[in-house]
Amino acid sequence: MSRSVAVTGMGIFSAIGKDLEENHSSLIHGKHGLSTPEILETTHQKLPIGEIKATNIDLAKNLNLDESHAFTRAALLGTIALKEAVKNAKIKDFTNIGFVNGTSVGGMDMTERFYREYENDATNRRFIQAQHPGFTTEQIASYFGINNYVTTISTACSSAANAIMMGARLIKSGRLDRVIVGGTDCLSRFTLNGFNSLMIYSEDFPKPFDAERKGLNLGEAAAYLVLESAELAENKEVLGYVSGYGNANDAFHQTASSENGEGAYLAMQKALKTARFNPHQIDYINAHGTATQNNDLSESRALIRTFKEMPALSSTKSFTGHTLAAAGGIEAVFSLLAIKHQQIYPNLNFNSVINETKLEPVTELKSAKIDHVLSNSFGFGGNCTSLIFSKNG
Amino acid sequence: MPIMTDLHTELKASIIEQLNLEDMEVSDIENDEPLFGDGLGLDSIDALELIVLLEKDYGIKLTDPKKGREIFESINKMADFIEANRTK
Amino acid sequence: MANLGVEHWVRIKNERIILDGEVIFSSEVDIARFLKASFKFLNIKYPKFHKMDRLSKLGFIASEIVLKNNNIDEETALVFSNNSSSLDSDQNYQESVKDFPSPSLFVYTLPNIVLGEISIRHQLKSENVFFIEDEFNANLLIDYSKQLIESKKANKVLCAWLNLHNDEYDVFLWLSSESHKKEASEEQIRKIYDADYD
Repeated sequence: MSRSVAVTGMGIFSAIGKDLEENHSSLIHGKHGLSTPEILETTHQKLPIGEIKATNIDLAKNLNLDESHAFTRAALLGTIALKEAVKNAKIKDFTNIGFVNGTSVGGMDMTERFYREYENDATNRRFIQAQHPGFTTEQIASYFGINNYVTTISTACSSAANAIMMGARLIKSGRLDRVIVGGTDCLSRFTLNGFNSLMIYSEDFPKPFDAERKGLNLGEAAAYLVLESAELAENKEVLGYVSGYGNANDAFHQTASSENGEGAYLAMQKALKTARFNPHQIDYINAHGTATQNNDLSESRALIRTFKEMPALSSTKSFTGHTLAAAGGIEAVFSLLAIKHQQIYPNLNFNSVINETKLEPVTELKSAKIDHVLSNSFGFGGNCTSLIFSKNG
Repeated sequence: MPIMTDLHTELKASIIEQLNLEDMEVSDIENDEPLFGDGLGLDSIDALELIVLLEKDYGIKLTDPKKGREIFESINKMADFIEANRTK
Repeated sequence: MANLGVEHWVRIKNERIILDGEVIFSSEVDIARFLKASFKFLNIKYPKFHKMDRLSKLGFIASEIVLKNNNIDEETALVFSNNSSSLDSDQNYQESVKDFPSPSLFVYTLPNIVLGEISIRHQLKSENVFFIEDEFNANLLIDYSKQLIESKKANKVLCAWLNLHNDEYDVFLWLSSESHKKEASEEQIRKIYDADYD
């Protein structure tokens, strides 16, 4: 029952870089990826977004897809990130591998682009099925020929984190020996307008955990981890272990977090319990930290309830924007990079503490001894997930 | 006491429709009754929907959701605010 | 491995609600009126119901019926799945974007909001997940539930296939718990789902 879960590969594509190396370089140089829209066609020309500056045509070329391909943007980003992850883990045989993908936007970008054409013009009708989030997963899986165990998780902004948790369980319980987990989401007018209508979209760069925070900024990204059982990982370089995970519902509101962060608190408690850790063993917290008034206060309260002494804390969403279903995936990669390089990445744009909670995030790159990292991902619908990554199994 | 105007009735009708207040009628909402909390029991998403209503029906654009809380205190407050600021 | 049995199940399809094999409610009307009538049939006061999107309403009704005569266990996990995600609400919200994007429609453009609604209703702070699958996949739901129960993350699991597309609804929800006597096999679950109930 208790097999350790090794991370043997990872891949990432975000607004701060097309691969691990670029992402790491941006993190250590404090170079964020927020800008005004160039690729996304929107009337909100002034809203900062974490956009990947490559068109779908560029991305398809990178993958050598022919022109009739039906890959959504999320599938293109996902395939590129997954390619890096499996290369990293030296995987060539995909027959007995599982794939758990988190996505919530799915192919919404294609629907909003082509919806009006579908009736009269057949050119882009191959994208009709793209609206179905499972379609994005299937495209990525088919690129690699993965067909053993494939599923899609859609639990909003905790989707990728839940995919990682599920993958860890599949290995721990012996159901699979090797599984690729993570998530992908692209920018769309659908989500940009939606978050704007909730009046939680920042017109400036995001300021997580700051008293003057004005809301979140959306981003797009994909990131995957290759998880393997300890036996399979024996002769490989291991990047870290998934040692704890927990999920709980906040049972408070469709979108808002409860005042004392009950769901977040319970998720962290469960993660610590599965890992059999005491809170003081955590060296760094990669927070959910969306920079909305509601999340950061609620998460701060949950953190204070969990940790008597606060470990180093930062929200890397200040670099990438909030990448929705992919967030748990890219932040897992950042957590594992923190372990690999023994460093803590800064929380950008921070000036003053939130009066009620007074948490001070790390604002400059810091070297530190890091054995265990806790990463939070909370989604609409009250879905709260905490993961713990460790240096040793 | 402000008198009941067409605007008051109009507002009640659009609130019932926009916020899906099932089994409620215009006559069930008092002009000075609190809309949030114990009154009609509206929540934060309803407040956002009312901000959309202000823009859509009366051409008033609110940028600070916190301001909504004061304006949407009651039908009377809402009507006063609309009369003073409407552009359509 | 844990043996999971079915405590109760509910099926909502073709204008009918079936509980443990018996038709308990039927009303041959369009989906909007069917949902309203079904809610009335529940005979509860819950004004929030009317604000939910149709996917959440379906999930809410099904879970009310199954959980009605059970003492709710706080550690009841929710493991749901469907094919069409939140497409029904996505389209409604998309329509509103042309004019003024509607916040109350936007919040329902995620399939897992129904899990939040059920959790709020019953104050469940348990684990929950929503899978998107091509079709009803009994094995995935059963296996995931087993893992939760084996690893003591939950005592009971509310499993569901909750699909809504083009006004057509297909709901199958069941409460499973560890049973030493009677294990509900994948085949049995599949059979309940496939049956016609004419």
